[in-house]
Amino acid sequence: MSNKKHYKITVNGKDEEFLAEPRELLIYTLRERLNITGPHIGCETSHCGACTVTIDGKSVKACTMFVAQADGKDITTIEGIGGPDDLHPLQNAFKEHHGLQCGYCTPGMITRATKLLEENPNPTEEDIRFGMAGNICRCTGYQNIVKSIQAAAAEMNAAQSSSSEVVGHKSVEAAE
Amino acid sequence: MKDDVTSREERIENLKGMGCSRKRVEDARFTQGKGNYVDDVKLDGMLFGDFVRSPYAHARIKNIETAAALEVPGVLAVLTAADLEPLGLHWMPTLAGDKQMVLADGKVLFQGQEVAFVVAEDRYAAADGIEAVEVEYEELEVLVDPFKALASDVVLREDTVDETGKPTDGAHGPRKHPNHIFTWEAGDKGPTFEVIDAAEVVAEETMYYHRTHPCPLETCGCVASMDKVNGKLTLWGTFQAPHAIRTIVSLISGLEEHNIRVISPDIGGGFGNKVGAYPGYVCSVVASIVTGKPVKWIEDRMDNLMTTAFARDYWMKGRISATKEGKITGLHCHVTADHGGFDACADPTKFPAGFMNICTGSYDIPTAFLEVDGVYTNKAPGGVSYRCSFRVTEAVYFIERMIEVLAIKLNMDAAELRRINFIRKEQFPYTAALGWEYDSGDYHTAWDKALKTVDYDGLRAEQAQRVEDFKAGKTRKLMGIGLSFFTEIVGAGPVKNCDILGLGMFDSCEIRIHPTGSAIARLGTISQGQGHATTFAQILASEIGLPADSITIEEGDTDTAPYGLGTYGSRSTPVAGAATAMAGRKIRAKAQMIAAYLLEVHDDDVEFDVDRFVVKGAPERFKTMKEIAFASYNQAIPGIEPGLEAVSYYDPPNMTYPFGAYVCVMDIDVDTGVTDIRRFYALDDCGTRINPMVIEGQVHGGLTEALAVALGQEIAYDDMGNVKTGTLMDFFLPTAWEVPNYETDFTVTPSPHHPIGAKGVGESPHVGGVPCFSNAVQDAFRAFGNTHTNMPHDHWRIWKTANELGLHG
Repeated sequence: MSNKKHYKITVNGKDEEFLAEPRELLIYTLRERLNITGPHIGCETSHCGACTVTIDGKSVKACTMFVAQADGKDITTIEGIGGPDDLHPLQNAFKEHHGLQCGYCTPGMITRATKLLEENPNPTEEDIRFGMAGNICRCTGYQNIVKSIQAAAAEMNAAQSSSSEVVGHKSVEAAE
Repeated sequence: MKDDVTSREERIENLKGMGCSRKRVEDARFTQGKGNYVDDVKLDGMLFGDFVRSPYAHARIKNIETAAALEVPGVLAVLTAADLEPLGLHWMPTLAGDKQMVLADGKVLFQGQEVAFVVAEDRYAAADGIEAVEVEYEELEVLVDPFKALASDVVLREDTVDETGKPTDGAHGPRKHPNHIFTWEAGDKGPTFEVIDAAEVVAEETMYYHRTHPCPLETCGCVASMDKVNGKLTLWGTFQAPHAIRTIVSLISGLEEHNIRVISPDIGGGFGNKVGAYPGYVCSVVASIVTGKPVKWIEDRMDNLMTTAFARDYWMKGRISATKEGKITGLHCHVTADHGGFDACADPTKFPAGFMNICTGSYDIPTAFLEVDGVYTNKAPGGVSYRCSFRVTEAVYFIERMIEVLAIKLNMDAAELRRINFIRKEQFPYTAALGWEYDSGDYHTAWDKALKTVDYDGLRAEQAQRVEDFKAGKTRKLMGIGLSFFTEIVGAGPVKNCDILGLGMFDSCEIRIHPTGSAIARLGTISQGQGHATTFAQILASEIGLPADSITIEEGDTDTAPYGLGTYGSRSTPVAGAATAMAGRKIRAKAQMIAAYLLEVHDDDVEFDVDRFVVKGAPERFKTMKEIAFASYNQAIPGIEPGLEAVSYYDPPNMTYPFGAYVCVMDIDVDTGVTDIRRFYALDDCGTRINPMVIEGQVHGGLTEALAVALGQEIAYDDMGNVKTGTLMDFFLPTAWEVPNYETDFTVTPSPHHPIGAKGVGESPHVGGVPCFSNAVQDAFRAFGNTHTNMPHDHWRIWKTANELGLHG
């Protein structure tokens, strides 16, 4: 019963080609086929967000997308967001502000938060709570997750504005 | 004489010992997606097993046809009860002294029950195989109501009656009916009834604490790998008690215990769900033995909610008596406990209703009586302690509701009623009417601090005004002030009265100091998010004077960790934390002798100071623990063995009794039933505080799980025994959007019998939080005649309450 088709996806900058049944769920492809085990399975009904990845710039729950739907797409998982030598500010902030406990929701949570901060670099607490409502955490009660995201946003904005200040300064000079 | 430029304060800070908010060492791997959970375990040739489950809640199985499934590509085997019977594994013992079908043996007793186990090359093939198994069922009458079950002629468990149909004795004595499991009593019936019957004031209430589920984000699962060459079984799994699982596997499989290695890798939350032994574990082990290959079994969410573990499901009937002035004189509680199809509750052996007999709460109640009747129904087995010590959430909910009901009866303020009945500070240690000896407490101080912080009187004045405004048609929102004061009983427990399957509930720690002054410590517990690798290292840092950053904490591998009973019931810090401190003190005692030898003085002439031993009266003469560690490896010291290691098995002399004072302020829209938590203040007293950051995190999380249970989360069944809340669509898990910010606070009343005075905190916020949220809802309607409504207080039920009280005009 070979019903396998050829698929090509890019995951964390790496091209992957393989044969798979179209019914295979993307989370299965990532975890079992490509050994990318950062995204987790929590519900398989799109509710919990433990499997959240970024596909072509949008947050997507990989447990309810067929591999066939992901064909040709560019996918980023937690593994592509930051590693030991280049931690993302969110990864640092979650540690600094105790934004995790068991860690099971964390990869999906941080992956979603990277998109949230791209969509809205200066979120209010309400924006964060609304923007993260697709990701469930059973341990933290969210209070420190909100704090972590606020801290990361502040840090990223500070880095952004200091670099743009430099650019701005130069441009002023150039104008003179 | 040495040149030491570091101040004492700096040396203390460098240790990162007890009391500091040390950042968690676990987080690096979790934030980078490098955790190692059971579903991340991959072995060569690994197979995947999954269950054919019963769609019926009560049915006889007439036939199981597996031939078609075996034809499905990728399917290797299908196990049924008939395959397990020759091995004696078609049933297994439960933690409650009952037994449970591993695979359906002739009938099924709840929806979702395991009927056959399909073993295949991958999950998709297993799913295809499940579809191809044909099971012929004959439906039987379904009993989902425990009261009806006790009155019914339908015998659910034919294995628990004799040939005449009479119930045989159960694990906890005689049974009154074929569907009855046990009666358990505590306290004095006669005197309690006399006091209540003669009392000036008696309040009565019946409350249903609904069935719910711990629902950690990671479901249960395991990987069993039988190495037939070496005869060794390795079992990875989501086990909150890995050593107990090893012993159980040995007892039921016949494999010698030294040939079994159980490993709990990272666990994605437990909350009680992962204490029990489930059919998936047994089937995976059997399948690995049969196929000679590793077999993985991972629940999906629906399996999880429908089958492995449930919590609560207690019908509680209470009577509380008092003087006209509000001094409580007696308490009676009767519980009808719905245990489902098998009694698989996870409680210490001698406590079939857990520590429900803590239900006199924080109050000095002179006489009390508790009786609990366990009942079989057509629901899932389990009965775990969902983020609480055994049945303590039920007990605290019961008493905190009874107090409110009594306050209404007395027309008294509920905060004041609590205050005049609290056990007073000077009464500790206090022996309660139902037998427990509370180790310590200072309830009045905590209560006064809480009420003052929230401006309780101001809140009541605002609420009174709101009621006036509502009556005048100026608002459609009511205001509820939820109070709760809880006392937990955690840290099970003393071996003299606490065991699980005959295993005493001590715990353990083994420490090895390396030559260069770092260390590894192994414990019998297992973190599921609590941060043990961070906090136990802090305990040790303070005890042995080596920096926490130089101490590795390892748990969960039965081949390396000393025997312990695992992590649940807030027992890790009270029991294993005590073992850690005691093992640390053994290290220190030996270090003292080494230091004295090196400093050429008598043992008694040196004393411990932060990270070193100093000569008394001459602090410039010292040996650091790092130096002592190295000396233990390279010096031939007369009368002292080389090396620096210690192990402690700690049998706690008593439980610990954390307590707390919570206040919730809630606005309720009478027309929609929507609740808005305006403020939540939580004061916890968990004794000595090891890591305030971790404590606060635990409080936030426990309160959120309490919010869930109080305001919407339930495992609901219809009359046919169908689970109505089997996915996260229907089973309420709060998101960031529904959850408020919490204010945390504390007092510190150390446990007098614990080596470091710590009491445990992870479950307190859940235990105290549920009644607090519920009391807030109920309090909003008190002015309109409400006495009690059952949880969960979802929008529809609140709307209904408002409607029944005539608030919709």
